[in-house]
Amino acid sequence: MYPAAFEYHAPASVADALKLLGKLDDAKILAGGHSLIPMMKLRLAQPKHLIDLRKVAGLTGIKEDKGMIAIGAMTTHWEVESSKVLKSKCPVVSETAAMIGDPAVRNKGTIGGSLAHGDPAADMPATVIALGAEFVCQGKKKRTVKVDDWFKGIMETALGEDELLVEIRVPALAKGTGAAYLKFPHPASRFAVVGVAAVVTLDKEGKCTKAGVGVTGAGTHAVRAKGVEAALSGKKLDAAAIEAAAAKAADGVDVQADLQGSEEYKAHLCRVFAKRAIEAAVKRAHA
Amino acid sequence: MKHSVKMTINGQTQSHEVEPRLLLVHYIRETVGLTGTHVGCDTSQCGACTILINGQAVKSCTVFAVQADGAKITTIEGLAKNGDLHPIQQGFWEKHGLQCGFCTPGMILAAYQMLERYPKPSEEQIRHQLDGNLCRCTGYHNIVKAIQWASEHMAGAK
Ligand SMILES: Cc1cc2nc3c(=O)[nH]c(=O)nc-3n(C[C@H](O)[C@H](O)[C@H](O)COP(=O)(O)OP(=O)(O)OC[C@H]3O[C@@H](n4cnc5c(N)ncnc54)[C@H](O)[C@@H]3O)c2cc1C
Ligand code: FES
Ligand code: FES
Repeated sequence: MYPAAFEYHAPASVADALKLLGKLDDAKILAGGHSLIPMMKLRLAQPKHLIDLRKVAGLTGIKEDKGMIAIGAMTTHWEVESSKVLKSKCPVVSETAAMIGDPAVRNKGTIGGSLAHGDPAADMPATVIALGAEFVCQGKKKRTVKVDDWFKGIMETALGEDELLVEIRVPALAKGTGAAYLKFPHPASRFAVVGVAAVVTLDKEGKCTKAGVGVTGAGTHAVRAKGVEAALSGKKLDAAAIEAAAAKAADGVDVQADLQGSEEYKAHLCRVFAKRAIEAAVKRAHA
Repeated sequence: MKHSVKMTINGQTQSHEVEPRLLLVHYIRETVGLTGTHVGCDTSQCGACTILINGQAVKSCTVFAVQADGAKITTIEGLAKNGDLHPIQQGFWEKHGLQCGFCTPGMILAAYQMLERYPKPSEEQIRHQLDGNLCRCTGYHNIVKAIQWASEHMAGAK
């Protein structure tokens, strides 16, 4: 398989990468290459230039920073999956990474690549929505984008053409908070046919004081399930309350029928996986 | 424009001028001439092309050769030492872990990574860790047994 010809660049700094991005016509950033190269092999993408970030210093690693956990954009799915910091402060991010593709995909693919790419069936988008993550982008200026402003359409995000995604920030889970991500994987690719992440905070009486729910796979891009969140907030989360909230999981999702299933089927999966993810999150919040 | 790349493959230094679009698997098979690494799909899903890059199992059909400049690579040809099979290779032999053998090089390198991360994997763990490697012949049962055999025989060796 030979992709169309291109020129290859491997700058050593963010500044040099941005310079190339501004100067070159039809250039694409290359991170782990595990979304871009498959598309190039099928000639669905034929960029004239690739700017590889592998030599750029300072884009990898996971560290705590003011109650948040900062994850460098070039951190691989495996590094996220096996991170001690994430496993203790926000395990749902590690668990989500561990569900991406297969071990070899996770050794190359990066969290920044997944979130910059915005595949409608990617896993991490659901989890970062439920958590209320932030995206640090570097162009001429540095700016931080809230997750609710990030996903715009099929493979379309708030990232500017002349910007790099440099860091993803997720909150450390507060006391009394539980989180879970569950998906129905496509049997061949392992992408999410539907995936739901839920984050709930309970007070001493077991009442829900805060809820975040993200849905991926079903629509053109991952979305926040606002109806579910509203139905969870302020309630004691018993089986009936969870069931009633999860019933709203497909509301406001522009569910797309495709080879994997009809609209009704995928909407049904949203409700089923919302229920399971909320149940798992509540159990963890109690623990 | 061609780029010069230099990497170590199974302990030997290789350097060539390559087009950026040359996939690492084709570089290994056609430029270097090591044909043990296979190509089984167009979609990065089958794992027949799995090799180790700096110790990590990677699908070499989804990496450009230029990205591997400076890397240390191990392919199936690099596992046996002085004619002695690696315990994972021996396990595939003992447990009949292959039929046509097409998936085997990738399976073995995926297993290599697996046993490094999880030296005593459960059967479920083995199956889960082989998510990215497809076999059209064996039904996986004997592959699982081969990896269990290797796990037992590697425990003492390290
Ligand atoms: C067989 C297979 C199975 C997979 N299964 C799953 C799955 O189950 N779930 C899942 O979520 N994903 C899955 N993936 C996709 C995988 O997670 C990719 O690694 C990920 O989507 C893209 O990350 P990357 O680092 O490889 O990005 P690349 O492919 O290098 O880049 C993707 C896009 O993002 C842009 N980009 C990347 N990084 C940056 C940055 N820092 N700043 C600006 N732009 C950037 C690139 O220009 C490109 O347009 C699978 C992939 C394969 C090959
Ligand atoms: S040839 Fe690389 S995954 Fe199939
Ligand atoms: S032995 Fe034939 S594909 Fe696995």
